[in-house]
Amino acid sequence: MINSKYFFKGFNSIKKMDSPAIALGCCFVAIGALLKNLGFNIQESIFSTLLIYALPGSLVMAESLLVGASLLNIFLAVWLVNARLYPMTVSLMPLLMHKSQPRWKYYLSCHFIAVSAWLIMKSRYQSVEKKHRIDFWIGIGTATWSVAILGTLIGFLSADFLNKDMMIGLAIVNPVYFMCMMVGAMKTIQVSLSVILGAILGPLFFFISPEWSILYGGFSAGTIAFFIGELNVK
Amino acid sequence: MSNSIILAILVTSLATYMSRFLGVVSSEKIKETSKLFRWFNCLAYSTLAALIARTIIFPAGALSEIDYLIRFIIVIISLLIFYVFKRNLVYPTFFSAIILAILSSYY
Repeated sequence: MINSKYFFKGFNSIKKMDSPAIALGCCFVAIGALLKNLGFNIQESIFSTLLIYALPGSLVMAESLLVGASLLNIFLAVWLVNARLYPMTVSLMPLLMHKSQPRWKYYLSCHFIAVSAWLIMKSRYQSVEKKHRIDFWIGIGTATWSVAILGTLIGFLSADFLNKDMMIGLAIVNPVYFMCMMVGAMKTIQVSLSVILGAILGPLFFFISPEWSILYGGFSAGTIAFFIGELNVK
Repeated sequence: MSNSIILAILVTSLATYMSRFLGVVSSEKIKETSKLFRWFNCLAYSTLAALIARTIIFPAGALSEIDYLIRFIIVIISLLIFYVFKRNLVYPTFFSAIILAILSSYY
């Protein structure tokens, strides 16, 4: 069903020195501690990482619960902040699709799409032949997902020992890691421009609409980068 | 309280899975060599960059208590470390937390 050779090849890729496991673990430790302080019990905290597995979404949920937002408001706020997962899925799955593989693998494993696993897969997919890429991906996803769940558990259990300075330290690790990883992915004109313009336009749109800034900024930056890149290729 | 927490978790996970699910549905019809695929590739990188930039510039939670200037210095130093150590990802991440601790205790 799942080719174990490729599954473990993917699973083990988070053990490398450059792996996102540390950054990913750190931010879920922070989430675990945050959820505990919000009044979640241990099952609810783990259940939330297990089912959501997208950090900004969990943060929005936590903030919304704090201000007593309605379920509809939570749904809309989370959808807005996690809508980036749509272009991420569309720019990954076609690389993994193969006729010989069953569809359920794609519909289940899309749950693993989050920045860490996505960036690893984007940088390594060429090293695996197309037929086996989905199993390789399931391996990476299972590994990063487990790290996130373990991080949440550690955060929940150590919440009382984490002071404010440590929480701030945990909070900086994640954006810095992913910023470096994105800069490292800038190998073509299109990707480089997308990253640079996205980093400029995203915060600029924040002045117009904080909720929509990521989508507006990302959409305009990506579209501009695409057209400039296409013109340069010809 | 507990009931509303579970409902909030379910609503959040539904809102999150929806984008992933629709992404797979669309992927069935998109070829990896097509222009559409390249456009979505740009969109994915740019939205991620927008999200990360926003987390650093307009942070929520613990980071918002740190001064703009300190956050800016940390970003610059981390990028320098990243290039000096031949694109190693562990050093800048590790040092960013240490630099932040040092800077925030002085200012």
